[in-house]
Amino acid sequence: MTSSNLLGELVSKPYKYGFVTDIETEKISKGLTEDVIRLISSKKQEPEFLLNFRLKAYKQWLKMQEPDWAELGYPKVNYQDIIYYAAPKQNQKKASLDEVDPKLLETFDKLGIPLSEQKRLSNVAVDAVFDSVSIATTYKEQLAEHGVIFCSISEAVNEYPELVERYLGTVVPCNDNFFAALNSAVFSDGSFVYIPKGIECPMELSSYFRINSGDIGQFERTLIIAEDRASVSYLEGCTAPMFDTNTLHAAVVELIALEDSSIKYSTVQNWYSGNEEGVGGIYNFVTKRGQCRGARSKISWSQVETGSAITWKYPSCILQGEGSVGEFYSVALTNNLQKADTGTKMVHIGADTKSTIVSKGISAGKSRNSYRGLVQMGPKASGARNYSQCDSMLIGDQASANTYPYIRSQQSMASIEHEASTCRISEDQLFYLQSRGIGFEEAVSMMVSGFCRDVFNQLPMEFAAEADKLLALKLEGSVG
Amino acid sequence: MINPDAELILEISDLHASVDDQPILKGVDLKIHAGEIHAVMGRNGSGKSTLSKVLAGHPSYKVSKGKVLFRGEDLLVLEPEVRARIGVFLGFQYPVEIPGVSNLEFLRVSTNSRRKQLEVEELDPFAFEELVRSRLNLLQMDPIFLERSVNEGFSGGEKKRNEILQMALLEPIFSILDETDSGLDIDALRIVAAGVNELSKKETAILLITHYQRLLNEITPDYVHVMGFGKILRTGGSELALELEKSGYEWLEEESVSPLRP
Repeated sequence: MTSSNLLGELVSKPYKYGFVTDIETEKISKGLTEDVIRLISSKKQEPEFLLNFRLKAYKQWLKMQEPDWAELGYPKVNYQDIIYYAAPKQNQKKASLDEVDPKLLETFDKLGIPLSEQKRLSNVAVDAVFDSVSIATTYKEQLAEHGVIFCSISEAVNEYPELVERYLGTVVPCNDNFFAALNSAVFSDGSFVYIPKGIECPMELSSYFRINSGDIGQFERTLIIAEDRASVSYLEGCTAPMFDTNTLHAAVVELIALEDSSIKYSTVQNWYSGNEEGVGGIYNFVTKRGQCRGARSKISWSQVETGSAITWKYPSCILQGEGSVGEFYSVALTNNLQKADTGTKMVHIGADTKSTIVSKGISAGKSRNSYRGLVQMGPKASGARNYSQCDSMLIGDQASANTYPYIRSQQSMASIEHEASTCRISEDQLFYLQSRGIGFEEAVSMMVSGFCRDVFNQLPMEFAAEADKLLALKLEGSVG
Repeated sequence: MINPDAELILEISDLHASVDDQPILKGVDLKIHAGEIHAVMGRNGSGKSTLSKVLAGHPSYKVSKGKVLFRGEDLLVLEPEVRARIGVFLGFQYPVEIPGVSNLEFLRVSTNSRRKQLEVEELDPFAFEELVRSRLNLLQMDPIFLERSVNEGFSGGEKKRNEILQMALLEPIFSILDETDSGLDIDALRIVAAGVNELSKKETAILLITHYQRLLNEITPDYVHVMGFGKILRTGGSELALELEKSGYEWLEEESVSPLRP
């Protein structure tokens, strides 16, 4: 067997999170109307400002067109054929984990996210979201001692309405883009984080998103606020069962960093990506944006994107505060017929702002993997600097990689650097490693993780190894 | 060193191989015993490098006929990594650059794969670093090599030293050194040759592929073979290499009877 055949086998590994939890679910009927939005809002007993926010977004959305510039080439989504709200049947959110349906706890156990007191991760607080609702958040009390708020956004809406009203939709306005408008109209749950002045969040925060039903859309909404001199590191993970239909996922994440604060947001995205013929998988349309409002604030995005049939995602930084810093570190792995169009926007508004972009795309199978990024230097961004590095690795000879860097500068005293490279794992490189006793699979995974090292170094310690394993798993298979 | 009672390490019989459907090897016979150093010489395109790739198991080279036994075991059915683990080593003519993979980590994984096969304890990063530093001295290499990516940005000479370093770590039974001398200045050649001599033991064997006598001045072969037309045309002692240096290959090729000759 030739190396390229072997490579082909290597990159098609069964998805191990594809199980479905058999649990009674409350679903509303398919389709999207104003009444559906009112129904969602009333089910969640939301204050009026939020209903108005949703309705405003819905009206905008009706006037908007689904974007097609990313050339992702997927069949038209029928937005009336989607269920916009589903929740495992249980009364209200439980005060204690003991009251949570054991099937749900078992599901998260199986996903490697134990929630129960005895087994949960010792230094990571977790918010677990199942279909449209948050089912549990660990370490809430311990965090509250430091004034840190970590809860589902539904809870925040009811318990801290003034904070939510003040910040929601201020970074990603409800009419920002088609998918953001849709999310603003129907979002069901997600995480809320608030770090008060001068507080360094004492543990990692993490949300784990699980899609379980096949016909519902998942629209989560995350809002993170770091007050002056506050800092936090947050990680999200996601998986979904294998269905032969496509599931829509349209999330919005907003980050707000005030003076001298820092937010580090990491993602390990492993939604089901469809089978080797491209049947099924998640359509992942995500708007993530952070605003460095305060001077010297910092927002850092790291992402490892391995799943989804389609990924459309550009975690961005608005660098408004003087001397603020934006970072984007990305690994995107596509295989089979997956398509990913991902990158970032670094919008330099304030003086002496700095941004770094490191993007690593790995394309295998017949997949298509594109980096799309904007670096913009506004008229007041004197002394601003950007450095971008976009590298692509091709595995096999049927995958494609593209890089679309957009650069706009209205400031002559700003510096922008862009480097790009493309490489292919060659038969000779593999043979070299093999001839030193290193097996084929290990050789491929060594080269892939070497390629991604700059990005993995940015992930929180606990997850760097996890991400490395995840890539190895995606690339693992039977040899010979 | 020739010892008639020594173990037969490698036995090649009637080996035919092709690359891209182009026959290159057309019946190679060769026996190598423990303790011996063999040199294979010959013009470009005579099949020397193909022989080395076939022995190491490169997937582009197809064996159509013949067999190769390594210590009595069929070598040709084994994956390249298994050949390496049981003690077959190829020092590459053109070592490949592998960006992003740290040389130190690569050397450790490689060494441990061999140690695992030998059922000796695998080395953790600290123990390995100690071992590798002692081997670096043998080749007068700067430890900075360890921190770089595998062969990336190495000069030609540095790449060749890195090959011998790998040989020193893997402690193979049978080593093929494919034009290890090319691209080395005279000082580097001496260092590399001294390293190879140091690593040559009575229970191991070496096959040197070279164009030049100058390597054979430093490493004295027990046998010299001349390849041409995909076969071994002549076998002699180290004096054969001197003769070739003086008179070239033509007289040998004219003497040999090959049906493919024009």
